[in-house]
Amino acid sequence: MSESIDYKLVGTSPVRPDGVDKVTGRAQYGADLNLPNQIHGKVLRSPHAHARIKRIDTSRATAMPGVYAVITGEDFPPPPEHGDVGGEAGGSIGDHARNIMARDKALYHGHAVAAVAARSLRIADEALAAIEVEYEVLEPVLDLDAAMAPGAPLLDENCFTKNLPEKSDKPSNIAEVMLLSRGDVDKGFEEADVIVEGEYRIPMAHQGYIEPHACIANTNEAGQSTVWCCTQAHFDFRAITAKVLNMNVADLKFIASEIGGGFGGKTVVYLEPLAVLLSRKARRPVKMKMTREEVFRATGPTSGTHCKIKVGAKKDGTLTAATAWMAYEAGAYAGAPMGPGALTVFVPYHLENFKVEGYEVLVNKPKVGAYRAPGAPQSMHAMESAIDDLARELNMDPLDLRLKNAAEEGTRASYGPKFPVIGLKECLRAAKAHPNYTRALPEGAGRGVAVGFWFNFGLQSSAEVHVNENGTVTVVEGNPDIGGSRASMCIMAAETLGVPYESVRTLIGDTESTGFSNSTGGSRTTFATGMAVVRACEDIIAQCRARAAVTWGIDEDQVLWVDGQAIPASGVNDELKPLSLADIAENAAKTGGPLLSRASLTAKGAGPSFSVNIADLQVDRDTGKIDVLAFTAIQDAGRAIHKAYVEGQLQGGAAQGLGWALNEEYIYNADGIMENAGFLDYRMPVASDLPMIDTQIVEVPNPRHPYGVRGVGETPIVAPLAAAANAVRDAIGIRIHDLPLSPPRVLAALDAAAD
Amino acid sequence: MAHVVFLSHLLAVTDGEAELDVPARNVRELLAALEQRFPDAGEELRRSAIAIDGLICHDAFLETLGPDSEVYFMPQIAGG
Repeated sequence: MSESIDYKLVGTSPVRPDGVDKVTGRAQYGADLNLPNQIHGKVLRSPHAHARIKRIDTSRATAMPGVYAVITGEDFPPPPEHGDVGGEAGGSIGDHARNIMARDKALYHGHAVAAVAARSLRIADEALAAIEVEYEVLEPVLDLDAAMAPGAPLLDENCFTKNLPEKSDKPSNIAEVMLLSRGDVDKGFEEADVIVEGEYRIPMAHQGYIEPHACIANTNEAGQSTVWCCTQAHFDFRAITAKVLNMNVADLKFIASEIGGGFGGKTVVYLEPLAVLLSRKARRPVKMKMTREEVFRATGPTSGTHCKIKVGAKKDGTLTAATAWMAYEAGAYAGAPMGPGALTVFVPYHLENFKVEGYEVLVNKPKVGAYRAPGAPQSMHAMESAIDDLARELNMDPLDLRLKNAAEEGTRASYGPKFPVIGLKECLRAAKAHPNYTRALPEGAGRGVAVGFWFNFGLQSSAEVHVNENGTVTVVEGNPDIGGSRASMCIMAAETLGVPYESVRTLIGDTESTGFSNSTGGSRTTFATGMAVVRACEDIIAQCRARAAVTWGIDEDQVLWVDGQAIPASGVNDELKPLSLADIAENAAKTGGPLLSRASLTAKGAGPSFSVNIADLQVDRDTGKIDVLAFTAIQDAGRAIHKAYVEGQLQGGAAQGLGWALNEEYIYNADGIMENAGFLDYRMPVASDLPMIDTQIVEVPNPRHPYGVRGVGETPIVAPLAAAANAVRDAIGIRIHDLPLSPPRVLAALDAAAD
Repeated sequence: MAHVVFLSHLLAVTDGEAELDVPARNVRELLAALEQRFPDAGEELRRSAIAIDGLICHDAFLETLGPDSEVYFMPQIAGG
């Protein structure tokens, strides 16, 4: 499966350079920085899910001793009318501005309506309590069916459905429609010997990162601000903050702290413009940090969804037709990942006839944010469940059915273009051959399999490489290190230069000290930023060859770079002693000065990646509780740069996907108030809930990357939802269409079947 | 001659036209030709991701096109 290339470092698992500080508590996370004279910012949040803000009186709060600043929507410039945020956050910049601070309407319980900065958190709380807000409470719209129904209360009277064949002049909660089709679906179903159908619902779920959002902003008298924050995207945060506050980008400096998890959720701006504005008013540094409850109520989970799937196949398993209808909750503002859901639903399969309808729908819940492979887990859960049902109807092994129809290089993807080199069949074959697929199951347990997919992306990246005077190397990247990218950059730099891993250090530059880089998201950092690092290292090698040439008095093209040193080409002058990077660096002053290089690029050619998961689950028929007995995550990484981190991504995605499948859900009451806004009631898996996740890295190298990288961070969360659902179907003989497969739902299904 | 395909997010600005052939040597020329043909489509076209012969690019402005290139205009997709 893997090309045989003799790498020295790529594919190994060295100790991470930032590890000691992280395990000893020295690493500085978002809330760890404190500045002299800092004060504390807090947010007043709407107690209503849908309300018109008629009046806000901040006079009492402003007059309180120890209160330095109070802001409402009136302190902000008007929300920009044009422009998208782009990247992972999704939606228009105007909607982001309104999400950061409500203007005329509060659109979800927890929506920010005012903020204060005070000497202490206690005084800040008292000031929030002293702010009077007069609301006109409106009927909330809390689920997809209600929001899409004719005559539903509107969240936004100016929302007109995008992408309809005929432009609509009637406002709607349906923000956007997507339609995809190919071939003749009716004919395809006529050719089918077996047809399965299913309707699947999944509620909102949160990324569940350990570290709540936090920042500290310090604004000087000239209006220039420095912001330290936990983010996946400090350059994007700078841009969004500048747009929301109508500031010059050059007046904002963003420094990314260490980050305690993001998974897409920290590509979205919430606190930073508030802290900058409060700091500007208060003339002091303002620190803000969310509570866990605020994280649940006011930051973006992923969409709740409703999907309907119909699939037809011939007796031999050949798929003949499929249709999908799907609706994704956007929350309060547009920007749901319905598009990727629609584009990925049928992506693993060769399908001549299909039709997909997707709807993005506004509801009075938090604006959704990105969550690993946004949109794909929900739609592919539906399809992969249907494929499992189809395999049962056809009495076929579920992996064989998938192999029979699997996409490969040259297959026209359901999203349009033909696939380049991909590794789906390699993953399916690896699953078929894996001992965990044929191991005997205990009595009452079930086994399920499913396929996952993500596109992976390139975007813009910058990197610099500095060679120190002793030949050690400093790499500067513009991407916060979430999943171990420092180590991956060190490996790629060391491999390229031919120097030891330990001689390379990577640091994360702030927005003033390194070149622009898009977010650490989209599974792009090791691919795109790694490409920039490799390119910069290649430039260092070229410089070293030139320095060796002038040192030796020979032509540059007579100098080779081999194993980290310059050597004369064969037959030139065999007596010349090779010059190592350290030798050249030591004499740099004589040959032209310090060695440094930089590369910036828009990376193209990201390689799509597929995965296959095998889940073994045991269902307690008395309580409905599910235990995970074993879980195997197999994925095409292209090439694993740091093997243990790739395995960690597979394991982390599996853990999050299993939590989503088995227990996690936003539970709302009739007023639109989330009833489980804490980890006691929002049940994420903990270590004792899961077995060791087995991993197998498949390597079908991406020919567009110097080391074959595809990107690994997102695909691992896609397949666990259906793999778990299919295992439960196998264990109890009942298809439970909706997630999570929580004890009450499983018990109800068992009871219903017994009646 | 590039064969161009629009996904549904663009059909409202291409008068419902989903596929067409356009003489263009690179994406810059292709965008210019398409904007001339669909005057309302400029912003949406430039915001789209473009897949050229299976390779998805978020910003394909400088990409060259072969005589039989297949070009898909897709929604921008990022990740988490």
